[in-house]
Order: sequence, then C-alpha cells, then structure tokens
Amino acid sequence: MKIVEDSPPILTALDRPNSYIGRSVPRPNMARLMQGRAQYVSDVVLPRMAHVAFVRSPHAHARIESIDAAAARKAPGVIAVVTGPELAKVITPWVGVLTHLKGLKSAPQNAIAVDRACWAGEAVCAVVARSRAEAEDGCGLVEVEYEELQAVTDPETALDPKTPVIHPSIADNLCFERVHTAGDPDKGFAEADAVVETTFLFGRHTGVCNEPRAIVADWNPGDARLTVYQGTQAPHMMQNLFAKHLNLEEHQIRVVTKDVGGSFGIKVHTYADEMATVALSKLLKRPVKFVADRIESFVTDIHARDHRVKAKIGVKSDGTITAWEIDDLTGIGPYSVYPRTSGIEANQVVNLTGGPYTCGNYRARARVVFQNKNVMCQYRAVGHPIATAVTEGLIELAAAKIGMDPLEIRRRNLIADDAHPSQGPSGIKFEALSHHSSLAHLDSMMNYAGLRAEQEKLRKQGIYRGIGFASFVEVTNPSAAFYGVGGARISAQDGATVRLDGTGAIFCHTGVSEQGQGAEAVIAQCVATSFGVSMDRVRVIMGDTDNTPYGGGTWASRAAGIGGEAAWQAGKALRANVLAVAGSILQAKPETMDIRNGIVVDAATGAERIGLDEVARIAYFRPDTLPSGIQAELVATRHYVPRAWAFAFTNGIQASYLEVDTDSGFVKLLKHWCVEDCGTVINPQLVDEQVRGGVVQGIGAALFEHCLYDDRGQLLNGNMADYLVPMAVEMPDIEVGHVVTPTADSELGAKGAGEAGTAGAPGCVMNAINDALRPLGAAPLTDMPFTPDKILRALKRV
Amino acid sequence: MKPSPFAYAKAKSLDHAIELLARPDGEARLLAGGQSLIATLNLRLSAPKLLIDLNGIGGLAGIAVKNDMVEIGAMTRHAEAERSADIARHAPLIALALPHIGHAAIRNRGTLGGSIAFADPAAELPACLLALGGEIDIVGPTGKRTVQADDFFKGLFETALGPRDVLTAIRLPAAANDTRVGFAEFSRRHGDYAMVGLAACAQVDGKGLGDVRLAYFGVGNVPLRAKKAETRLTEGSIDDAVKALASDLDPSGDVQATGATKLHLAGVLLRRVATQLMEVRS
Amino acid sequence: MSEHRCDITLTVNGETVAETVDARKTLVDFLRDDLILTGSHVGCEHGVCGACTVRVDGDVVRGCLMLAAQCNGARVETIEGVSDGGEIADLQTAFEQRNALQCGFCTPGMLLTAQELLASGQVPSREKIREQISGNYCRCTGYHAIVDAIESVAQARAGHKP
Repeated sequence: MKIVEDSPPILTALDRPNSYIGRSVPRPNMARLMQGRAQYVSDVVLPRMAHVAFVRSPHAHARIESIDAAAARKAPGVIAVVTGPELAKVITPWVGVLTHLKGLKSAPQNAIAVDRACWAGEAVCAVVARSRAEAEDGCGLVEVEYEELQAVTDPETALDPKTPVIHPSIADNLCFERVHTAGDPDKGFAEADAVVETTFLFGRHTGVCNEPRAIVADWNPGDARLTVYQGTQAPHMMQNLFAKHLNLEEHQIRVVTKDVGGSFGIKVHTYADEMATVALSKLLKRPVKFVADRIESFVTDIHARDHRVKAKIGVKSDGTITAWEIDDLTGIGPYSVYPRTSGIEANQVVNLTGGPYTCGNYRARARVVFQNKNVMCQYRAVGHPIATAVTEGLIELAAAKIGMDPLEIRRRNLIADDAHPSQGPSGIKFEALSHHSSLAHLDSMMNYAGLRAEQEKLRKQGIYRGIGFASFVEVTNPSAAFYGVGGARISAQDGATVRLDGTGAIFCHTGVSEQGQGAEAVIAQCVATSFGVSMDRVRVIMGDTDNTPYGGGTWASRAAGIGGEAAWQAGKALRANVLAVAGSILQAKPETMDIRNGIVVDAATGAERIGLDEVARIAYFRPDTLPSGIQAELVATRHYVPRAWAFAFTNGIQASYLEVDTDSGFVKLLKHWCVEDCGTVINPQLVDEQVRGGVVQGIGAALFEHCLYDDRGQLLNGNMADYLVPMAVEMPDIEVGHVVTPTADSELGAKGAGEAGTAGAPGCVMNAINDALRPLGAAPLTDMPFTPDKILRALKRV
Repeated sequence: MKPSPFAYAKAKSLDHAIELLARPDGEARLLAGGQSLIATLNLRLSAPKLLIDLNGIGGLAGIAVKNDMVEIGAMTRHAEAERSADIARHAPLIALALPHIGHAAIRNRGTLGGSIAFADPAAELPACLLALGGEIDIVGPTGKRTVQADDFFKGLFETALGPRDVLTAIRLPAAANDTRVGFAEFSRRHGDYAMVGLAACAQVDGKGLGDVRLAYFGVGNVPLRAKKAETRLTEGSIDDAVKALASDLDPSGDVQATGATKLHLAGVLLRRVATQLMEVRS
Repeated sequence: MSEHRCDITLTVNGETVAETVDARKTLVDFLRDDLILTGSHVGCEHGVCGACTVRVDGDVVRGCLMLAAQCNGARVETIEGVSDGGEIADLQTAFEQRNALQCGFCTPGMLLTAQELLASGQVPSREKIREQISGNYCRCTGYHAIVDAIESVAQARAGHKP
C-alpha cells in the first residue's frame, strides 16, 4: 500500500513502457459533449416516430372504474390511446424478487396499471400522438373514473393488522425482513461503560438526472427486430428483459445506448412507462419515443433512502467499541422494483453497518414494507450513506459521551491495515483495506490540529464551526453474489474484444457503458497500455448489444475494475497475436519482441522491427506472403469476473468543515476532504472527480434533498424549484487524497470509486453539524436533511 | 410538459395590447419577461387562450431620474437595472435586491414590471417597492392612473391591475442623503425564492431612524409591512421591534419551513437589516 | 392579429431561418425539433436547471422560458454555433483538461453561462464564478472542477501565467 498525491507513480505489475495507468489523461469523448454534438436518447429522431405521454393516477391508491378515451382518440395528432388491459396483451407483467434475499416477495407489476393504481404517478393510460405536445393534449381529454382506496403511507404502521394490505395476492405489507446476530451483543452492551442509543432518519430522495429517462423503441415487423435506444446503464440486462416480456428472443432485440445525461443508479431499473413504450412500438409497428418530463420524473424515477434506523452502540471508557445494534425500517412503495429488487438497500444497511471496525458483537434487523408511494430502489451508493451515517454518527456521539477525540476513537477501533484478510461485523469479507493510513493521510491533509485550534478560537467570538468525520467501506466490483445467484439475468462478468484495423489502430468493444464517469477513457487507457499503442490509436465501442461482448454495463462501481481488467487482458492477448504474426514475418521469436507506441520492437533493445500498419497490411491484404500454416488472428476477446472475493471492498475517510449560523439555522460548508483507496488508480483525475461529484450528491442528502409526501401519498415538492438539488454556490471545494491497496483478484488491481463520495458525505456533514452545536447543548441532529428548520428546533430557537 | 395550445399576438402599442385584452372570455395574458409565466404555461398550471407579447412596444423600458423620483419602465430587464448607475445611486434598495433574483439568464430576460405585476409573495421587488413607498403607473381602457404601492398588492397573485390593465412603469422616491436602506433574505439556495425576506427603508435624523418602512416577503399572500415593528424601530428598540413582529406577521408553513421558523427568521432579518439601516454612510 | 401558428424569421448561428411554428413552442423545442440543433438540452422545462441555455441577441437566456414566436427578428446562438466559431475554444480546452464535465448534459448551458461572465474581462473570485453558474444544475461534477476551469480561463485571458 502506498499513499499517492496527485499522480501516483507507475505501479509494478503494470509498469509497461508508455503506460497510461495512473495518468490523468483527458477523456476522448469530451469534445462532442462540449460542442453540442453528443447524441442523447432525447435527441434521437426516427422516420415515422410517434410520441407517447401517459395519463397518471392522481391518487396514491385507487381502483380504476372506467376510462373514457373517446374524446382523446379524436384529438388532433392522436394516433392511439391504449389502456392497461389492452397493452397487457402485448407485454407480460413482472415480479421483482431475488431468491438469495430469502422470503422477499412482491406482486406482479404491469406496464400500465390494469385495474388499480398503487401510487400517485402510476401510468393508467397511454396516448400516442405525432408530437409530445399533442400527446399531452390527448391525455387531458382522457376521462378516468377512480374509486379512491385507503393509501398506506407510513412505514411504521404498514404492518399493523388494521392497516389494509396493498396487494391481496400476498399476505401482508412486508416485502422483506432480515435478522442478523454476530458475536455476543448482549455481553458487549453489558461490558460497555457508556451506551448511546438514538434514531436516525433518512429522507426519501431521488436522482434528478439532468437528462430525464428517455427511450425510443422501434419494432420493425419486416426484420422481426426491435431496436431500442435507451438511456440505460445495463444494455444487455434490458435486452433480456424486453425479450422475456415481449415474448421475443434476445437476438431479436438490439439495445443502443450512446450518450446518457446522468444515471447514478436511476437508469438501471425496469420502468413501467419504458416497458409500455416498447410494447406500444410492437403494437403500433412504428417507432415510439418517451422522454419523461421533469414532473413525471419526480413521481416515477426510483426514490431511495427513506430509512428509519434505531441504533445503539456500547463503548468502554478507553474508547473500545463493545457492541452495535440496529433496527432498520424502510418503505419502498407498492412494488419491489424489477429485476434488482427493493430489498437490496436495507440488506446493505445490515451488511455495512460497523463495517470499518473490529467490534464483532452485532445485532441487526431490517424490515422492508410496501406503501402507496413511488417505488424505491438502488441509487448511487445503495445503503452505504445510511450504514455509514449510522455507524459514524454513533461513534461520534459515543466519543463525545466519553470525552474522546473523534479521530482517536476511530484509531482505537478501525481494523488494522495489516490485519487483512478480515471481516466486518456482518461477516462481509475484506481482502485488504487501509483505514489507518487513510486516516493519517486525512489528518495531515486537512491540518486537523490547526482546524481544531481555529474552531476553539472562533467559538469564543460566537462563531460555531464544526468538524465531522466518516470512515467508510464501499462495495465495488461485484461478483455474481450481488444479483446472479439470486436468479437475475444480470451479467457479473464483462468482456472486451480488441481488433487491429488496417492501419495499425485498434478498436475495443466493451460491455461496460458510459454515463460520464469516464469508462471510455479508462478502457482506452487499459487497452492502449497493455497492447502498446498511444490512446489516440484506440477507438472504444460501447453501448450496443449488437456490437459489444456480453456484459453487465456500468453500475455498482464495476466499470473500471471489471471492464478495465477485461480490456487489459484483451489488449495483452491481441499483442501476443500480433507478435506471432510479426514473428513469422520477421523470422524472429515473438517472445523477444514487444509492441511499444504502435511499433513492434525488440524487447531487449527497443530497436524498431516493424510498424503495426505494416503488420496489418500484410495480414489483411497480402496474407499470401505469410509462411504457409500461419493464419493471422488480429482480434482477441477476453472476459473477467471477480472470483476470489464476492466484492472488492474499498475504504476511505471523509471530513467536513462547516459553520452553523445559530441565529438562522443555515449551514455554510467551508471545506470537504476525502481520502479513499480504490486500489490501482487508473486515472487519478477521473477518480477525484467521481469522489467530488459523489460527495456533493451526499451533501444533497444531508442538507437539501427530500421527497416530501403528505399522509395521503401525495408528493408535495415534485419539481426543481421545491425539491432542492445542490447548486454551485452552496457547495464547498473538495480536496481528494489517495491510498493505494490494489486487489490481487485482477492483474490491474483496480477497485471501484464511483460511490465513495456519496457513501461518506451525509454522515460526515451530520457529525460536523453536531460538533458545531455541541457546546450549545443542542440535541444531536439525526434526521436528514438538516434544514434550518430542524437546526433551529435543535437549538430551541423555535 | 408542453404548454396547452394558445394564440400569440405581438402588441404594436399599449392601445393595441389593451384592445387585445378585451377578449370576451377574458383568457388573455400579458407576456413581459416570461420568466414566471412561461414556466407556469409549461407546467400547464395556467392555460390562457391568448398571449399578448409586450416586448415589441416602444417606450416601455428605461430608467430615468426626474423630480426626485426614479422612474423605471415596466419592460426594463433586471440585468439592465443591475448595470444602471442611476439605480445604484438613486435606488440603492433595488440594487441590493437585484442580485438575489434568480440567476444571470433569468435576470437577462425578466422585467421589473413583470415581477411587480406577477406579485409573487416571495419575490424581492414587490417588497422593495412597498418598502420605498413607490407607485405604479397603469394604463387601462379608461386611461392612465397611478396606484401607491401600499394599495397595489391585494391578495395571492392579485393586484390592483384589472383584467384589461397594463402596468407601464414604477416610480420610486430617489434616495436622499438621509435615506438608509437595508435588504436581506434567507433562501435555501442562492437565487431561490426566499423563505423570508426583508426590504427596508428609513430616513435618518440626528437622533435615530424616522419614517421606517419594513416590507417582508415570503411570509404571507402579499408583501407585508410590519407596521408595529416599524414604530418600535423608530422608537429606537430593535428588541421591541423584533417582539412586535409576532403581531405584525403570521406566516404559514410551507415545504421549506414551519410558520414558527419563518417568524423567527423574520426577527433575525430585522436585526441584520436594522444594523444596515443604522450604519454610518460612507 | 393573433395566431396559433406564427411565421418567424431569425438568424440562428448566423444563418437566416424562416419557419412557421406553433405559438406554444418554446425556443429550445424549436431549436431541437425544427432545426435539429440538439446541443441545447431540455432538463426541467420550468426554468430551474439551465440545460436549455442559449444566447438571444447576445444575452444568455433560458430556452424553455422564451417562445420561438418571440424570436422573430432575433439573433439566436447555440452551443453548436459558438463552438464552430471558436469563441470559447479556450474554455472548452480548460473544461477538457480539468474534467469539468461528466455526462455533458449541462455542459453547453454551463459553457455559455460561463462565457457571459468571462466576456467582462475581469478575473472573478471563485464565489463570483459560483454565483454566475448558480442557475445551471450539474449532478455529476460537484461543481469544483467547473469553477477551476472557468477560473483558469479568466486568468489566462487576463494574461496571468497559469
């Protein structure tokens, strides 16, 4: 393990001449994005394309008595009006369950509600028209009669016997429950000198991708093929699901994903309105486009968090943690989302709580209940922000109670850097982590002692600043243990195909996809390095199920670690193939040669032997001149899936420095730091920017974002003026540092980095606020987001 | 979401605009900067049959100082006022408030007259106009009239403007040597509508503040004068003025804050703005 | 005279365009649907996100809060035209070097908004830069890199050594 500053030195196993590994090279796809020449799905226009808009239920729970579409059918531009029962003839319903989440249950969900709407915003009728505006006009003319049913909205009472059961087909409103006990928590609490017990609340929030969900489905009966342009993170997963529910073969479906205007986990799920769009194309035999507008995005894009966690920690007076206990309750809407389910976040909370620490006495319960609100599912850093805030919140409350410095209590409990392999309280397995090195790096990077002195001085002037921390672990590079073992057809492995073109440049076709993280750059860096050309000689092809190896796509911080390794290995394999051909041309042993900067060279001396363009010329145009029996194979494919470890856990620590205006309850963020260890850093700049963007998403959760529902299941702030996303003025500068502990599971050694920022920031900001307010005797704030309203109440100012 | 269908007409003159407003169904709306109106159209929260665009009418924009009054044409854009030396010098309260309105692109397009006529209770400019005791010029089918700011804001998005009236200009007393102004607001994010805001104006004499006008926004259906607090502040007690707010204001809660929090924040603003009013002018 | 369909003639990126549009069509929808200038994006349609930012008669505006019908006689510039003309080439290079964009959806609007500030020739503070882009939503970057990129261009244009 080593600490790196801006640009890590070249790493051993990857130490090839002209290596791009560890270099902050710019992404190759930025120019088109900056010039307005990108192609997002919302930009796609096809001949004969129609637009769909949906009539959506205004009620959280209602029986659909009747739908009168006569006026809408006659409206200008309207092509078709289609109800749930009509569309159900084209597309089958789905059930979002995974067998490894034992007991998880859900009810069949239809593309358009058939007889009952289960949340305010669920589509009950589709109007297809020549333009989106005309489709919306048509929606306004559809008369739906509803019988409003009692809405189940409060998770706390969802399981009460007198609360109505949302789905008569399943016994109760319990979607999933997990109970876990490790060590001896009762003994641990008995041995504690101090016990802290509190309840943490996490507001429901949502992704607010700048480009809303968008899909263009084009069923061509002439080819018997469906081409779907979709802003998705998982093209092959969607190919499989479209085939399954439209009763087609996978090879009849092509999913094309070019530029995607943000995803963050929002665009990795099955959405009823997108399934409906695909089915409508099949029904109408023409392209149909659906772009969610912002208002329907708020009531249909998956929501996340919304957990209530009762939590308890025991500590000795020397700071040793003796036990943990959590009881998590979350309401996930009326359906478990397909195919990843809505049980994963609560499951992750159980898995990750206490994760960085040695104390193994742990009791946890998580319950996931149905309710009549928009569905919830996996969103950036799934479960991590909750588990981290609970763990780190407990630790800082305990430290305050026993009068110990918050970094010191961590030093005394974090798993030692040399104690690996190790495991967390829930049994999650860690290959190698660097908590202590990361903490030490953070300590010096932020000048902790200096900030404490400044804080103390300012307090005397009535200025209340706070410093908060959050250590964390992050799940990355998931193996089949995440979804595959539960029966979901979601690829855990990923492939790369590298091909030499006729001029000596290479194409790399990869199963991972790009939504801005920089996967395209990382793949190009890996293959350019392992094959031996400059990056401008690499063209990366992604986001097209017709033209890429089978793969999972980009989610759960997997693209660099899994897709990158496949590309690295494919580049090596093609190098061997090219050297075999070069060897036969030059009458030299392939193992004495290498490819460097696009030229076959003598490995020992670096002397140039033959250019790649010449190898390609001979292999493609004059193969007759090769010795007999030599067939050039200038394409190579390799796949990779993590096998030794279910997940490549990463770790890190964040710090927040902020000031609370105790008169107004407003929080000003002054600075934020993050040290993280994602193993081999392929592109430091891209990692830093993933961290920064992630931190700000976490800050959004801590201070601003909240889907506010009333008790009838109506979203009160479903627009961008009232749902507050982080904007530039309120966000701090963020300093990022690295510690490098590569995974031995792959040659590259890279782990993921996409969610570390979001995992740690909410708990970190919470701790900083409580640190600021502690001298004022304020009750600790544990109810996110921390609005001025809540802070003033904690200060008893209102 | 896309707007419901409507017709569009570009008014050639004020008379033409007023004539166009005379639709029998009354479902015509005037389009000034459009920064609030077009958003509501896009959300289908309003669906007029006709939009009458005022942007082509000459003489409705511009800033002039005459007879100790600053006259601002209704179609003057926020950005133009922000750049105006006359506003900075003669209408410093407006200058203080402008940077809080939306964002650069919004201010490039939004108009002062539109903002006053739309009368969003959480908007800055209606409160400024009220604090300054300004007046509003209106032209309607029966001719011109002038309404005092204190009489202009009638209810939630309701003003003294009739269905066939056009707001043509606002007039503010130019700041004198003894004039002091103060402005502060709490908004969750820069450029958002305020949770609570306060625009204030006073005259200083040797002893203290006189003619104090405190106009709150974001605390009711209209911008509100805190008259008891004004009196207490004139008497010289900030503490009493803050206490008086409890009888001046009765804010309702919304998605950002409870009514109690808003009332508390109104007091915090009063202390800050009072300090601004009492600052010695350099 | 009032119409549901309006004839408009305007210049877009220097080219004269004459079209008939629905009165209800916003400027950004007109650019995207009718002229297939898809570099201006639709993010919220209620004036908050800034993805639709374009320039009209030299000023940045929200493309979703103006009607195409209002643009008769106007000079409209979009990211495509401003890029091709080279006006913001240094800003684009700075964004690339600093990775000041990820998904890129906000970027055209962000660039045009930044350019309006930079055109003043001043070297703004980081706070001022943040204020200028406060109406342009970016979910990906956390803004830090964007502020860095804009700051570096302001300094370079003012002749400061990097």
